[in-house]
Amino acid sequence: MTGGGDNRARLLALYGTMCRIRAFEETALAAHKAGEIPGPLHVSIGQEAVAAGTCLNLRRDDRITSNHRGHGHAIAKGAGIQGMMEELFGRAGGHCRGKGGSMHIADFSVGMLGANGVVAGGIPIAVGAAQGLRLLGSDAIVACFFGDGAINRGPFLEGLNWAALYTLPVLFVCEDNGVAAFTRAESVTAGPGIAARAEALGVPATSVDGNDAAAVDQAAARLVAEIRGGAGPRLLHARTYRLMGHTSTDPAAWRDAAEVAAAHEEEPLARLRARLLEEGVPDKALGALEGDAQAEMQEARARALAAPWPDPAIAWDDVQDAGAVTETA
Amino acid sequence: MPEVTLVEAARLAALQEMRADPRIWVLGEDVARGGLFGQYRGFLSEFGAQRIVSTPISESTIMGAGLGAALVGTRPIIEMRIFDFAMCAMDELINQIAKIRYMFGGQAKPALVVRMPHGIWRNSAAQHSQTLEGWFAHVPGLVVCVPSTPADTAGLLVQAIRSDDPVLFFDPKNLFPLKGEVAERIAPIPFGVARTAREGSDLTIVTWSAIVPAVEDAAGMLAARGISAEVLDLRTLWPWDEAAVMASAARTRRLLVVHEAVTAGGFGAEILARATEALGPGALRAVGRLGQPRVPVPFAPPLEDALKPDAAKVVAAAEALMAR
Ligand SMILES: Cc1ncc(C[n+]2csc(CCOP(=O)(O)OP(=O)(O)O)c2C)c(N)n1
Repeated sequence: MTGGGDNRARLLALYGTMCRIRAFEETALAAHKAGEIPGPLHVSIGQEAVAAGTCLNLRRDDRITSNHRGHGHAIAKGAGIQGMMEELFGRAGGHCRGKGGSMHIADFSVGMLGANGVVAGGIPIAVGAAQGLRLLGSDAIVACFFGDGAINRGPFLEGLNWAALYTLPVLFVCEDNGVAAFTRAESVTAGPGIAARAEALGVPATSVDGNDAAAVDQAAARLVAEIRGGAGPRLLHARTYRLMGHTSTDPAAWRDAAEVAAAHEEEPLARLRARLLEEGVPDKALGALEGDAQAEMQEARARALAAPWPDPAIAWDDVQDAGAVTETA
Repeated sequence: MPEVTLVEAARLAALQEMRADPRIWVLGEDVARGGLFGQYRGFLSEFGAQRIVSTPISESTIMGAGLGAALVGTRPIIEMRIFDFAMCAMDELINQIAKIRYMFGGQAKPALVVRMPHGIWRNSAAQHSQTLEGWFAHVPGLVVCVPSTPADTAGLLVQAIRSDDPVLFFDPKNLFPLKGEVAERIAPIPFGVARTAREGSDLTIVTWSAIVPAVEDAAGMLAARGISAEVLDLRTLWPWDEAAVMASAARTRRLLVVHEAVTAGGFGAEILARATEALGPGALRAVGRLGQPRVPVPFAPPLEDALKPDAAKVVAAAEALMAR
């Protein structure tokens, strides 16, 4: 990365994306609480730097796969906000026409191949996408986001071995927030940790402070360059913290209050904001970014609330071509 | 038309399609060596290691990577070696492949074929002999192919490879040596069209996959006893040729379904239920099902034979129907 103004512009880009992710999820939480959004909602508040820092290094034609906590990944990859909000609201204008909801947001137009309701479900898909892209002669790469809970599932073992075996262009991004639902990940994970596990499978790993957006950006920049250069897969292990509960209705009251308070001190938006102020960015400029993000999401919420529901007739669409059933059948 | 074995017919079909479309590739264990049954013999030298990918024993990722590759525009043939191993990839098949087009509002069609040689074969015992195709007919989003002849295997495989739907292709592994004619240029056979294996007027026998030759033998034996059985080979379970079944059953008024799968909860139950709904409860004089009892497939030949439907059991079931 070049220094000076370029660096500041990059940090501002990161901050802008992180503000939009935060504002989107805070708005979605409020809408959920107000009964405007049905179903479960997993927010990534506190983890925004991982999505923003990684995706800043991806091209539009690069692909990502994501997990159940995927709003940030989608926004950072450039997914349309209105389509995302309306998907959460179950409206016809959602990216998935209201058939997927929060856990299945996809926006293929920007290479977002889908969130996933199954832990580790995106890993085989990511390695296959990379293999397919190579077959088609593309130099695009795939970033695969998953949590620390996913590393105890078979597809993690299979997928990393596979990607290393075929030297596939995949950046595995493990968001290590220390918890899996209501369980501390370390209490159910043996061995010397995520990075060592990846290395044992032939995938070089880099650990980073995932709440330091600049550090994530720098690590991702290096790894993406290596991957695009043909070096094969890499794993980015980003340590972070899930500030909220597992779902929108989970208070996560089992956690030590002092631990949560300390985590708030370390949260990525506040840290990047302080850094930008140090770099001489005026407070007003940051306030404008924050205000813009809030306004954008408020408007998306209002428009989603007024947006039409899907016509029940579309419930029958897009199952399959051969053997599709119809309402009259 | 040349006579070839069923497995060779399948090989020729895949070969023809792979020559025509560079987006088609094969992934699975040992496929570079030609596959467990020689279905891909010679493919590596013609298509190279990027299109004939011998994989680790990683069924979840064989299945899931096939999906990922389909989502970026390739057309994978996912080879599961033996159907029973596909059980290790149920998340990828049922939660991901079958639903992704729907869940994502039609943004992507996973155009892929999953090949799963299935059924009782050479006393392979309980973990290498299952026929669970009825499970998959139950899952929205999937096409289910269950051919029984070389020509149907070839034609349906061509159709499966060209289809934009995810297609489950149950190769009948016990019939791999079966010989039949296959056209030089293999034309696709549409899904959902039954083949009338034998015309008859006294009862309708609906069947599919590896048990079809036994049913045809049984029909011959029944004819010698003065019973004229019509045999319909469904060829695909989803979609299935309801019109052909109903037309035949309405004519013969006796309907027997024979499948190698366990009878209880099998697809035969669906067919008889639909016949009752479509034709009315009084339309048929007699209905019946013949499959395996709800027991795992045993190893020893006399045990396997005791449970497996065969021509003699079909004859007995048909005669029982005729007596009603
Ligand atoms: C295969 C599977 N098992 C269980 C679940 C239920 N579940 C949803 S999220 C979750 C915890 C996942 O933890 P992690 O991957 O670390 O992600 P985080 O929620 O911490 O972001 C669990 C157990 C699931 N969705 N999929």
